[in-house]
Amino acid sequence: MKQVSKAELFLGFLKIGLLGFGGVGPWVRHVIVEERRWLTDQEFAEILGAGQVLPGPNTTNAAVFIGDRFQGVLGVLACLLGMMAMPLVIVTSLAAVYDRVASVPEVNAGLTGAAAAAAGLVLGTALKMIRNIRPGPVAWLVIALGFAAVAVFGWPLVPVVVVLVPVAIVLAMLRRPA
Amino acid sequence: MGGMTGVLAELARTFAALSLVSIGGINVLLPEIRRQVVDVHGWMTDSAFAHTFAIASAAPGPNVIMVSLIGWEVAGLPGLVVATIAIMAPSCLLAFFVARALGRWSGSKVVSVLRDALVPVGLGLMLASGLAMMRSVDRDVVTVAISLGTAAFVVFSRRNPLWALGAGTLVNIITLHI
Repeated sequence: MKQVSKAELFLGFLKIGLLGFGGVGPWVRHVIVEERRWLTDQEFAEILGAGQVLPGPNTTNAAVFIGDRFQGVLGVLACLLGMMAMPLVIVTSLAAVYDRVASVPEVNAGLTGAAAAAAGLVLGTALKMIRNIRPGPVAWLVIALGFAAVAVFGWPLVPVVVVLVPVAIVLAMLRRPA
Repeated sequence: MGGMTGVLAELARTFAALSLVSIGGINVLLPEIRRQVVDVHGWMTDSAFAHTFAIASAAPGPNVIMVSLIGWEVAGLPGLVVATIAIMAPSCLLAFFVARALGRWSGSKVVSVLRDALVPVGLGLMLASGLAMMRSVDRDVVTVAISLGTAAFVVFSRRNPLWALGAGTLVNIITLHI
């Protein structure tokens, strides 16, 4: 396994927090898999999958998993502090000036453009992970079920997770007979 | 000071309780957070809450900063610290114990089945959330093009997605004047 120090964890997640417009998920993958190669796409997908079915934002859960994997408890704290530090400073500064700038049409259009790009970033990151992981037929079925339930039928996430996880576990067990 | 301590205790209790039910992250919880903050505790008006959401969405970082900002608006820096720790600590602790358990039994068949099962669940939900974000943000041909263009950039390039985000922001500002 790769060696990653506490300082590297802190700085990596500082960057993730700073870049994380429209959500941090894609940036966690970009910095950790693409840029620094601390994890492979497969390892990252395992962490993301666990992070998504646990309560809490999947990205803070991923930070906990990644911090613990490389540096234990102190690694967890390094990742969480790194990820939260800049966003907290920025969001409180933004709150101070927001009233004055939000009515400027260019600012509004810029924020909408960034939000549209961020949506594409999430979509593209998911597609790229699927391409790199090359799911088998059973995994494809689970991906399609989860996608259809939430995106096509618009069902709420919690019941979808509660039903889909056992289905996925049964399918995975059938694929690996005891 | 008694009033301040009371508010901080209420912030801590409210958000710590929400932390462990937040499967899928903070956005899933938004209606419940609004109910608690506006209707139950009367910390904010409806429009102030909407305002806070807009600011938190414009800032980078994990979307728990929405909760941090509520703490900030309600009780200043102590409020920010208390609300942030309350929403993060319970789910992060749970993630930590799960990470340890998965690590300890990493060789076992149960854990490898769990991994096989959770990877496609995570991927399907990520795809769906990308599409859901597009639906809520994209209002016209330009924003749809920005989203799809960014997705393609991420899939086909290893370059920093910040380029696509910057381009999306600029394009939407420029087309404002056409």
